[in-house]
Amino acid sequence: MPVFSGATARPASADQTYELRLYVAGQTPKSVLALANLRQICEEHLHGRYAIEVIDLMENPQLAQGDQILALPTLVRRLPEPIKKIIGDLSNTERVLVGLDLRVRA
Amino acid sequence: MRTAELAAVQNVTAAILMRCHSVRVLLELSPRIELPKTPTGIRGFDEITRGGLPKDRPTLVCGGPGSGKTLLALTFLVNGALQFDEPGVLLTFEENAEEMASDVASLGFDLRALIEAKQLAVDYVRVERGEIEETGEYDLEGLFVRLGFAIRSIGAKRVVLDTIESLFAGLKNDAILRSELRRLFGWLKQQGVTAVITGERGEGLLTRQGLEEYISDAVVLLDHRVHDQVSTRRLRVVKYRGSYHGTNEYPFLINADGISVLPVSSMALQHDAPLERVSSGVARLDEMLSGQGYYRGSTILVSGAAGTGKTSMGAHFLDAACRRGERCLYFLFEESPRQLLRNMRSIGIDLEPWVAAGLLQFHADRPSRYGLETHLASMHNVVADFKPIVTVIDPVTNLMTVGTSADVQAMLTRLIDHLKTENVTAMMASLTPGPQAGDRTDSTISSLMDTWIVLANEDIGNRHRRGMYVLKSRGMAHSNELHEFALTDHGLRVLNGSGEPHGPSHECLPEREASHAGV
Repeated sequence: MPVFSGATARPASADQTYELRLYVAGQTPKSVLALANLRQICEEHLHGRYAIEVIDLMENPQLAQGDQILALPTLVRRLPEPIKKIIGDLSNTERVLVGLDLRVRA
Repeated sequence: MRTAELAAVQNVTAAILMRCHSVRVLLELSPRIELPKTPTGIRGFDEITRGGLPKDRPTLVCGGPGSGKTLLALTFLVNGALQFDEPGVLLTFEENAEEMASDVASLGFDLRALIEAKQLAVDYVRVERGEIEETGEYDLEGLFVRLGFAIRSIGAKRVVLDTIESLFAGLKNDAILRSELRRLFGWLKQQGVTAVITGERGEGLLTRQGLEEYISDAVVLLDHRVHDQVSTRRLRVVKYRGSYHGTNEYPFLINADGISVLPVSSMALQHDAPLERVSSGVARLDEMLSGQGYYRGSTILVSGAAGTGKTSMGAHFLDAACRRGERCLYFLFEESPRQLLRNMRSIGIDLEPWVAAGLLQFHADRPSRYGLETHLASMHNVVADFKPIVTVIDPVTNLMTVGTSADVQAMLTRLIDHLKTENVTAMMASLTPGPQAGDRTDSTISSLMDTWIVLANEDIGNRHRRGMYVLKSRGMAHSNELHEFALTDHGLRVLNGSGEPHGPSHECLPEREASHAGV
């Protein structure tokens, strides 16, 4: 997708900046919850080295195809590579950390 | 006596015609409010569904691997774009768009051109379980967004989801998936699109995930069977809410022209019974058939052992039809066209000019090449393409080598039904194994025939004698006499004076035959 593809060109640096995208469709309870959960997790585990971009597919439906979005909400870890996807309201912190490679799968 | 008999026959005929007519009126007048339909443009399919798929509703198309689901769905989209000015969206979960485009290019579908012309939008949905972590509640709104966006981007009227069940392999939460699929099919109905959803055949279910539970408007089942190393594809409309539809299994074909379904036996006995007559090509035989030959649109069986002159009868019939300027189709299951042309020239019938003029077309096939249904479907297509007035199938009995007699009878019934509906006069040659007429092989098909001519050879002393008689001919007073004939340089000649002591009813009708003798 041309609009948001700039980030992929940047190589993953040693200090492991996390580029995260949260796809939602409007202000649904699930999307509000997912964003709140995500902010909390990032503050705790990635303080100072993360960026969150929220993409509302209600406004930009054409962006769903590029990241192969089906389920909502979907969190996409753009960087560091490889790309990771976590779907759901992110209410299970353990799972989110595993999904972001911040914790080894138990 | 003759006039009385004729009158009686005419009365019976009139009564039959009246009955046919009233049945027809009843069928036509019966009140039936049909749902609006979206034509698929697939030959035969729109006939058995009386117009196509339910408009603005989803239809489930299910079948095993390689049964032709994707092809049927794609044909629906391509035809929509090319024939009905209805753009379509393909949401595929199976292959990517490039792979699919090259797969169907062999059928003459140019998907890229359609995409460029904004007649088609393809979105490839890829789901790989390993990549996705699931935590907490989610829904499939992303899929709705993508589909909705694709529909709006080209003003689509048709949608194909192929195969949405793949989602079950990619996502873990079945409960969410099921409720979301239910919501999706409901949502589709509000989008003003006619949708085809494909599903893989499951154990004891129409589809692996029981999609039939959610899509209740129409369900089409495809089947691909191999029997005796011969493959046959079949299609059945399992369900079509609010609409009459043919419930049989219909053979369908996938060939270079795409997909076509054989709508056979969807029609009742409704075909016309024209009073017009056509010459058999043999003047004396016409006389035996109450002086005028066969009925137009009737089906004629010519049976006899090997070398009794069946093909010659067929050649005369075709030659006469071509002389009248009628298009003729000749199905050959034994000889090649070249062979036949040569052999017929030897008895003075030159069919070559008719071939050159485009009036006569041959269609030669080995019976063992396909299953019966495939033969039937391919014959049906040839008839639909060439639109013959007259057709000869020689010999129809060769088809029996590829099926049981019940199958052959069923197939011939379908074929004859179709030919009659199209008002095609058809002659079928039947090879009987023994010299005696009315052999068992004939009995399976003879009831379908309007006229039955039996050819027989007999060696008397050192002379080989050929004879023919009309065993039956519905709706006309016909001769029952055995006539001797010869195959000469100038074709088939019925010899003067019946002179055969073996005529089955020689004694019954001496006066009638006397009037024709010597003409």
